[in-house]
Amino acid sequence: MREPRRDNSTGLPQRWGAPSYWPFVLPAMFIVLAVIVFPWIFTVWMSLHEWKVGQPTIFVGLFNYLRMPKDPRFVEAIWHTLLYTALSVILPLFFGTLAAVVFHQKFPLRGFMRGLYIMPMMATPVAIALVWTMMFHPQLGVLNYLLSLVGIPPQLWVFHPGSVIPSLVMVETWQWSPLVMLIVLGGLAAIPTEPYESALIDGASFWQMFRFITLPLITPFLFIAGMIRLIDALKSFDIIFAITQGGPGNASETINLYLYSVAFVYYDIGYGSAIALVFFVLIVVLAAVMLQMRQRMHWNEAMGGA
Amino acid sequence: MSLIGHSNTAGRRGSHRRAQQGGFRVTLRKVAGKIGLAFAVFLIVSPAILFFIWMISLSIKYEIDNASYPPILIPDRFAWENYKAVLTSNRFIQYFFNTLIVTGSATLFALVVGVPAGYGIARMRAHKAAIVILIARITPGLSYLIPLFLAFQWLGLLGTLAPQIIIHLVVTVPIVIWIMIGFFETTPIELEEAARLDGAGAWQVFRHVALPIARPGIAVAFILAVIFSWNNFVFGIVLAGRETRTLPVAVYNMISFDQLSWGPLAAAALLVTAPVLLLTIFAQRQIVAGLTAGAVKGG
Repeated sequence: MREPRRDNSTGLPQRWGAPSYWPFVLPAMFIVLAVIVFPWIFTVWMSLHEWKVGQPTIFVGLFNYLRMPKDPRFVEAIWHTLLYTALSVILPLFFGTLAAVVFHQKFPLRGFMRGLYIMPMMATPVAIALVWTMMFHPQLGVLNYLLSLVGIPPQLWVFHPGSVIPSLVMVETWQWSPLVMLIVLGGLAAIPTEPYESALIDGASFWQMFRFITLPLITPFLFIAGMIRLIDALKSFDIIFAITQGGPGNASETINLYLYSVAFVYYDIGYGSAIALVFFVLIVVLAAVMLQMRQRMHWNEAMGGA
Repeated sequence: MSLIGHSNTAGRRGSHRRAQQGGFRVTLRKVAGKIGLAFAVFLIVSPAILFFIWMISLSIKYEIDNASYPPILIPDRFAWENYKAVLTSNRFIQYFFNTLIVTGSATLFALVVGVPAGYGIARMRAHKAAIVILIARITPGLSYLIPLFLAFQWLGLLGTLAPQIIIHLVVTVPIVIWIMIGFFETTPIELEEAARLDGAGAWQVFRHVALPIARPGIAVAFILAVIFSWNNFVFGIVLAGRETRTLPVAVYNMISFDQLSWGPLAAAALLVTAPVLLLTIFAQRQIVAGLTAGAVKGG
């Protein structure tokens, strides 16, 4: 869409001299239509049908959507998802920022250390899930042994309904704090050194400098990191599926896992499509809420600075 | 910044007269600061390092050592046959090549299509086009699977690698476009305008001015697309048959069916993720550079 923009920073009027960029975009647009837009339209269509593999399809209108509030497993899955997501946004943001502050310092082998630190997020999720499962093992797992060293009684980790979500969040935090670290590190690198120099002369402590110089300047980066974390945590599948498959019972069944069961275990394609749509709307709404928060904070900052 | 590291220990003691302090105390603080920093680095990196060390340890132990309590880190006898068992059984090599073909095709195709698209979108300031990419980024992979699974069924593609290559585009194309938009938005447009004034066409400008500058961005897009495609698991569990499994799916199936002994399982897990981990260590500069550049643009 090449609409005239008032904030044209190049100084050149767009209607004059600018070549057409459409040929660059068209092939990708075709791919996007085929593998992203078409599936979405098709999903909407399927969600309006009673559609089970191997059975005739019947148009049922919004029936699949009306099923959801009355489906206790779905309602429970929403709560699991929200709890899992809230923890999986906050904890990586905290630990990632901490790590970014450390990695912002100069020390020998920093690049190598950073490489080691980001390994969990790059490693194949199923592979690490497998090892975590072994580590969670109540009798033979190394985690309970480590707890015993500091005098904490053995835990059931992912094998108990009460501790399964925190345990999975622990894996998720271990895995994704590095992403937050990288984004915040980028923010730290963009901060000029002058504010710190004058703060040092004024005798500011480390915490004061972090609170009043660093934190405000990296807030936009924290928001980006938080946004990405929000979306990824909501969608989290591999780790949960490979470690617990939603169990024990349904204690760690998030919407995404339930969606898998409905669509590819029960082959209830119509209902699965409806869940997929509602799930997507939920993600968009939560992301929009977060964007709104960001805009409001921008506004407050602007007012405070005036 | 060494400034912050230095002030770390000073701040903890609540000193407010650093400027007037004598040389000896400053050196002492520098040393203390360095030790503190080393400790902080160790604390932060250890969960990652210890995990992978433990993973290696699990993979080279016999069953009896893996089942012992307290756990053994370095066993008396190394069970190299765990690796041998994995490499010789379960069609591991075939699954390795499956993964290579799926990831390679999906990544190359995404680069061919996505790099120009990122350029076009950045230059057109087509923020609405970027929204489509954003939607793709937001959508759970499973949502694509239901309709595309049916489509592949109708097209008779199930049982070949084609469905997985196509569906991996869902992962790779948005990554490439997203990173390239970020990169092209930060590359100077003045050079391109100069080239255009000299009579270069849009394609020439792209090929000879924009593309060379964006090479680091392309490297990043390539690396991330490869990693996320290689690691992908969701698409495989639904679309892969016995012949067309990728490695993550093969490993998952090992958990559920073939064996319960930890040694070979850990060995398989390590083999599957080793290429990605090596890439991470060797290309961490590109990964970091790309993600930070993308974030700067978004900030």
